[in-house]
Amino acid sequence: MGASVQSHFVSQLKRYYAIYTGGVIGFIVLLSILEQMGVPNKVLGYIFLGVTVSMYAGIGILSRTSDVSEYYVAGRRVPAIFNGMATAADWMSAASFIGLAGTLYLSGYDGLAFVLGWTGGYCLVALLLAPYLRKFGHYTIPDFLGARYGGSLPRSIGVFAAILCSFTYVIAQIYGVGLIVSRFTGLDFGVGVFVGLGSILVCSFLGGMRAVTWTQVAQYVILIVAYLIPVIWLSVKHTGNPVPQVAYGYVLQQVTARENVLNDAATPEGAREAEVRAIFKQQRIVDEDKLKALEEGGANYLDAEREKRLHAVELLRAQHDADPKEIAAAENELAAFPKDVTSARNTWRAAVETDKAKSSPVIAHAEPFAGADEETRDNKRKNFLALVMCLMVGTAALPHILMRFYTTPSVKEARMSVFWSLLFICLLYITAPALAVLAKYDVYTLLVGSSFSELPSWVSAWAAVDKTLMSVTDINKDGIVQLAEITIGGDLIMLATPEIAGMPYVITALVAAGGLAAALSTADGLMLTIANTLSHDVYYKMIDPRAPTRRRLIISKSLLLMVAVLAAYITSFKPGDILFLVGAAFSLAASAFFPALALGIFWKRANKMGAVIGMVSGLGTCMVYMFITYPFFGVNAPLWWDINPISAGIFGMPVGFIGVIIGSLLTNAPSKEIQAMVDHVRYPNMRLDSFLENADHK
Amino acid sequence: MDKYQQYWRQNLRLTGLLLAVWFVATFVVGWFARELQSFTVLGFPFSFFMAAQGALLVYVVLVGYYAYRMDKLDREFGMQESDH
Repeated sequence: MGASVQSHFVSQLKRYYAIYTGGVIGFIVLLSILEQMGVPNKVLGYIFLGVTVSMYAGIGILSRTSDVSEYYVAGRRVPAIFNGMATAADWMSAASFIGLAGTLYLSGYDGLAFVLGWTGGYCLVALLLAPYLRKFGHYTIPDFLGARYGGSLPRSIGVFAAILCSFTYVIAQIYGVGLIVSRFTGLDFGVGVFVGLGSILVCSFLGGMRAVTWTQVAQYVILIVAYLIPVIWLSVKHTGNPVPQVAYGYVLQQVTARENVLNDAATPEGAREAEVRAIFKQQRIVDEDKLKALEEGGANYLDAEREKRLHAVELLRAQHDADPKEIAAAENELAAFPKDVTSARNTWRAAVETDKAKSSPVIAHAEPFAGADEETRDNKRKNFLALVMCLMVGTAALPHILMRFYTTPSVKEARMSVFWSLLFICLLYITAPALAVLAKYDVYTLLVGSSFSELPSWVSAWAAVDKTLMSVTDINKDGIVQLAEITIGGDLIMLATPEIAGMPYVITALVAAGGLAAALSTADGLMLTIANTLSHDVYYKMIDPRAPTRRRLIISKSLLLMVAVLAAYITSFKPGDILFLVGAAFSLAASAFFPALALGIFWKRANKMGAVIGMVSGLGTCMVYMFITYPFFGVNAPLWWDINPISAGIFGMPVGFIGVIIGSLLTNAPSKEIQAMVDHVRYPNMRLDSFLENADHK
Repeated sequence: MDKYQQYWRQNLRLTGLLLAVWFVATFVVGWFARELQSFTVLGFPFSFFMAAQGALLVYVVLVGYYAYRMDKLDREFGMQESDH
């Protein structure tokens, strides 16, 4: 491709996306005018989601293609800055957009592990992988493993690991899509999942990587605008400074001052907090006794307790003058009573945890690894650093991200595009901690101490939507809100920010559209990775290397469809903890891929046996540790060095590295051809004609 | 030593140096986070500032510097890709 063709292409792209960004802003303005004219909120929400989703589908249709190189790597002509935006959208998922600010709100400094991990990993991508993978210049990550280590075994392990971590991750995304669509349109969760899925499919089905890339650029614009506007507004409201990242240092000081007041029983407010905490301490004893009785009595105890509640309801119903409210309360208690021993154990354990948290003093937001004693603090520090490491290395090993660096025109642009990706990603990650602190300030100063009769409107609105996101109960019956009486779900922080800041409804709809863009763009990239791996690595490379182009693309597209339906089907069971799913994907990727990829480039001696042993043992260690320690699987073995299951990769990675090294040293050095290929990857100008001829499909 | 070896050696040195910066900004600062919170930067306790902003800025500069330096190194050794 000539330089002038490419530069014409770039300037055209810049013009299109400038017009597009202008269009987005015009659209927001138009909708806020409609809102002023009295168009109901629900309609605004529908318009917003409908227009953005059909726009993504439109870009998908415009970029439809049946060319292999266009379908797999967008023709390798995506300029660095646009690849940066696409990578950023690919990267930032529903968990980043909606969940991150909430995690930071709830866990303060310790939550910053996610901020560090999800940005710092790009240093590893830039320094150790992206330029070399671009020079290698194929289509998928298992491709690299197959070519570098030779034979189909390393490739097959790569395929298995790529599908395992991408699939774990995509379920978390589709879950986010379903949640947003159902919350803002009132559709059922299952319907929401399939509506979101439809728009993902239109995009990646017709145009593969090419369509996904250009849609992701459009989605980045929406999601970053949607994230920044409400936070800037909130910052102006509290500090008068439109740069929240700078302004919130002083807000943080005020939050810390408030924490001290609320923890000091000598002040009137602190005394009221202490009163509520004492009530929770009592409650904790009650709940722990219940749990103990359950462990001893088992199902019999549970049945007896249920019987008691049933009896209470019947007794109330038999009374003629019973208060209907009282009857309703008793009926609710019966309905909410756990059905079996397992669910009772889980519910009551959670209750004890809540009591424990609510009966202890406010945790200081800015304090790292807060804990009562040295051991707790050390433990927290260890887990913080382990999580950071797993997230960083996982970033540098997730196939859907690494794949994006195949799409730039050159090695130089690949290096630049990591820089742009990181810059665009940091824009959001630097803002999230600011949002958490600003929201906390609002809650600590405006909500705490207000009277129950006149709660801020956003509190009652969200409490009506979902009790797990927001609930306030007057525990000590003094009519005034105490901090320990407020329960906030993490996702609330981002979703409710427009209302906390007192912004028009359009911005709430914009935030929903931004969250949807984040979830859709990541899901797009992941599903494409899975489908491409299956069609390219499994079908084309291993089953039928003579398959004509047309058939390869048809296979790829039908696999995409199957993967999508399967993912949606699994998601409709609502498999719980999103943050764990995401963390697990990172640990798995870090253990399986990183050692074999990095050593494949930096250590010529690494060979097939090493790669096989390293990948299998790394991935195996990680999976085994998760399986035996994550409560969901029910084994509940003791932790190794107190490391949480989410950071299982901290064991998988070193095992993987040692496996590659030992396996390689025990067997012969790789062949001359493979060593020549390593050189080809290392030096940007080196051409390996014989190698290229074999590899570059025709 | 031929120019390929020299180029690779320089690349490794740069990569190693930048990885050390990355490690210090993340893990050394993180390890001593409790000790470093006593003084403030822009109103933030230092360790909070580093984890929420400082380290991120270091990463961006680091990756940008790597791209700039490697491009220069490519041209110095005549390693840049030909336009194809």
